[in-house]
Amino acid sequence: MDFALNEEQRMFQKMFRDFVTNEIAPLAEEIDQEEKLPRELLPKAAMQGFLGALLPEEFEGVALDAISYCLLLEELARACASTAMTISVHNGLVSKTILDNGTDEQKSKYLEPMAFGEKIGSFALTEPAAGSDVTALETRASQDGGEDYVLNGCKTWASNGQIADIFLVFAVTDPEAGAKGISAFIVEKDTPGFKVGYREPTLGLRGLTCNTLYLDDCRVPVENLLGQEGEGLKIALKALDFSRLSLSAICLGGAQAALEAGVQFAVEREQFGGPIALKQAIQNFIADTAAEIEALRYLVYHTAWLSDTGEPYTRDASIAKLIGSEVAMRAANKMLQVHGGFGYMKEYAIERMYRDFRALRIVEGTSEIQRFVIARDILKEKGLAIKP
Amino acid sequence: MDFSFPKEYQLFRRMVHEFAESEARPLTKEIDEQDRVPFETLEKAAKLGLMGVPFPQKYGGCGAGEMGYCILMEELNKVCPSTAVVVGAHTGIGAMAIYMDGTEEQKEKYLKPLAKGEKIGAYVLTEADAGSDAAAIKTRAVRDGNYYILNGTKTFNTNGGHADILSVMAVTDPSLGARGGITAFIVEKEFPGFRIGREENKMGIRGSQTAEVILEDCRVPKENVLGQFGAGFITFMKTLDIGRLSLGAGCLGGADACLEASIQWAKTRQQFGVPIAHKQSIQWMIADMATEIEALRSLVYRTAWLVDTGQPFTKEAAMCKVYGSEVLHRCIDKALQIHGGTGYSRDFWIERGFRDQRITEIFEGTSEIQRIVIASNLFRPEGVRISA
Repeated sequence: MDFALNEEQRMFQKMFRDFVTNEIAPLAEEIDQEEKLPRELLPKAAMQGFLGALLPEEFEGVALDAISYCLLLEELARACASTAMTISVHNGLVSKTILDNGTDEQKSKYLEPMAFGEKIGSFALTEPAAGSDVTALETRASQDGGEDYVLNGCKTWASNGQIADIFLVFAVTDPEAGAKGISAFIVEKDTPGFKVGYREPTLGLRGLTCNTLYLDDCRVPVENLLGQEGEGLKIALKALDFSRLSLSAICLGGAQAALEAGVQFAVEREQFGGPIALKQAIQNFIADTAAEIEALRYLVYHTAWLSDTGEPYTRDASIAKLIGSEVAMRAANKMLQVHGGFGYMKEYAIERMYRDFRALRIVEGTSEIQRFVIARDILKEKGLAIKP
Repeated sequence: MDFSFPKEYQLFRRMVHEFAESEARPLTKEIDEQDRVPFETLEKAAKLGLMGVPFPQKYGGCGAGEMGYCILMEELNKVCPSTAVVVGAHTGIGAMAIYMDGTEEQKEKYLKPLAKGEKIGAYVLTEADAGSDAAAIKTRAVRDGNYYILNGTKTFNTNGGHADILSVMAVTDPSLGARGGITAFIVEKEFPGFRIGREENKMGIRGSQTAEVILEDCRVPKENVLGQFGAGFITFMKTLDIGRLSLGAGCLGGADACLEASIQWAKTRQQFGVPIAHKQSIQWMIADMATEIEALRSLVYRTAWLVDTGQPFTKEAAMCKVYGSEVLHRCIDKALQIHGGTGYSRDFWIERGFRDQRITEIFEGTSEIQRIVIASNLFRPEGVRISA
């Protein structure tokens, strides 16, 4: 066994950290207040290769292994969870999904501009009546004369909705076939009948845009079907597996940032004649948080390693996402408590982290759905099939 | 034993409930978004006698005691924690300090208009370097003929920017510290040398104002010394003791609102073909919430009974505060989780409730300080004195 990062991964980690410290950390407060990423941020990230992180060189990507990719998201999340989420959706949910399932034509058309950040990706699965229950999709896609699919429906909370050019839209092509009747489509922003609607105001992750999308007789060319008809759910679930791993890395970076903020504050803040770091109550918070973060760190890297070695990792990704999001939230909560009244004020980053991290227990599968996935996988080994 | 509420308190609860629904509810979103104190609600509350609920009628109050005041805080917090905080800081600590230790003349001059809601009160203790360590305050009061001259800066004062009458703690003899060296004063906002500093930008309870109070050679008549000279620390601690009980009551109301909303949502939200109320994960969250709420209710009203019957209640009030705020934390968190993405949206009140809740674990003594109060009261009869 070897728990050390290899030389290349260490080099990447340093490069990511330097870039994030210099270019993203100073913007985090503004991103939260303005509720958007500054215009220059994503182009800068693209120049570093971050927007083609998972794509091979032939599509102008940098082809990071999963461990290095987790290091990237971890560093991004240490500075700004909104930025980390935006980049994670673009890479893990959209461009990687096109890479894994697309035709040669689709890959050559969409991936290079995505790697350059000229086109940003959005993932549009959720609907008003289909949250945890993704099979309840109502958006319909019917073939019309062999050249186009006509899509009708409404998607909610499409991440990156406001800023994206390319939307992965999941729609029902065969209502009789249930979960096997869902298909995936690549929909360009300027397609007639496609409209980006309401931007959801949120508790946190305010730099990540989440929008309602309207598909009103939206005509999508047949060559934009991703994978085969009926493969949509399979494609979505595979994308979500990787995305849950990605999210666990964001949780890790976020929890680490909360801990660092709490430690810094505890050392500087004096009460009862000395730094509060000398108090047991504070030490307990810090010790508990640090312990959970260390446990999480190797859970995340182990899951990434499984992905890199081609092993199945669905259950592991759910475990990492479940624990990761709960650890990040507890870390933000405890470190806010260490800050006392200051932690409730917007001048301190912990205030933002507390709001940001709350989303992590919901997005890309709530904690309850993760528990179901974990239980289902465990019980399947015992010959028992469970339903949500 | 008799656990039933007397008839007059049931009627009082109904009146407060109707007031909260008709007057506070319509403004909750607006005052949060606009950072605005709902003065129009306070005026209407004053007409109903709700600005002086615990005080005897001869001082302009309702004469409803702590039980009545807990009912008020419970019902207001079900609807609007910001409004409750403004009323609470005014009544439960600002005016309460004068009620507890003021002379008859002071009660006539200051408590009466406060209890009638003609004037607004505030409690002014915290300083930049004196948070949990309240005895570390540096604001000085020096005798000058018939006046005391106050100098110092007070932070995190609820109602600080708009209160008319403020109960302020200052050092009168630095050599004596908390035991004899600190004195409480009643300060009017018109006194020369009184100034309002910066306003805090908070995560939640944004419909209440938290401001700096700056005292620059502020001239306070000597008859405005509140309680015994040199015994200000005791006056303030006694006031906080009783304030903690009503904060617990407020948390009870907030938690009840979480439970009610969660039940309604779980009944109507359909996923996997049925209302999510049919799912064990949801049932367990609701069951846990309801269980903790019932435990909290017993604790709060038993403690109110201790106060109203003149028995010691310091330890129990601290338990109301720490347990109440942590129950509310868990309840709003579960309510948000049950609501999923909808709970994270600023279009629904749960999001605001999540931000509003977090201060309850900090203000008027952090959870850590409550635990010290509880532990010291448990150890004292054993002959062990513990300090912060």
